[in-house]
Amino acid sequence: MDRFFLYVAASLSLVMVLPMYRVLKGPTVFDRLMGVNAVGSKTVVLLLLVGLLYKRLDMFVDISLAYALLNFIAVVAASRFFYKRRRL
Amino acid sequence: MLLALCSILIILGMVFLLGGSVGILRLPDFYTRMHPAGKLDSMGSLLVNLGVAIYVALDFNLANLLTSIKVLLIAVFIYLSSPTATHCIVDAAIRAGLEPWKKG
Repeated sequence: MDRFFLYVAASLSLVMVLPMYRVLKGPTVFDRLMGVNAVGSKTVVLLLLVGLLYKRLDMFVDISLAYALLNFIAVVAASRFFYKRRRL
Repeated sequence: MLLALCSILIILGMVFLLGGSVGILRLPDFYTRMHPAGKLDSMGSLLVNLGVAIYVALDFNLANLLTSIKVLLIAVFIYLSSPTATHCIVDAAIRAGLEPWKKG
């Protein structure tokens, strides 16, 4: 069962590379913001799987919850900041 | 039997997360890319969290039960925060004057 979680965590980290392309290439700053949001919400899931691999899930659950909170606040703050700037 | 259910849920969640990532890359415009980014990520993480919660709750004692409840709470929080963040981004994009995609 551990082997299964290892493969799922590895494939999830590969899936996380795809939004990175959008973060680099995104024509507008909001594409980059969306890429960061996508990577952040996938990191929350990846943290849970890593917690399972390390057999210390009760620690990693708190870490991933804190990460989800911070990701949400960062995205809201960044979007509040960017809508006043006319440059895209 | 329950173990198979957990792995099926996790694999399904992975399919949704993969769909979200591919959708972000392939779609032509920011507003169209926003659909998979917002929806599929929350659905994928809900399924994976459900699978992890059931897997943790298999060997049944209090500590594991609390952990699996926390994992479900993370899924609920993602369901609350992901649409709000998506709304914030799109609202900022519209106010900043990003034109929707009109080509054929």
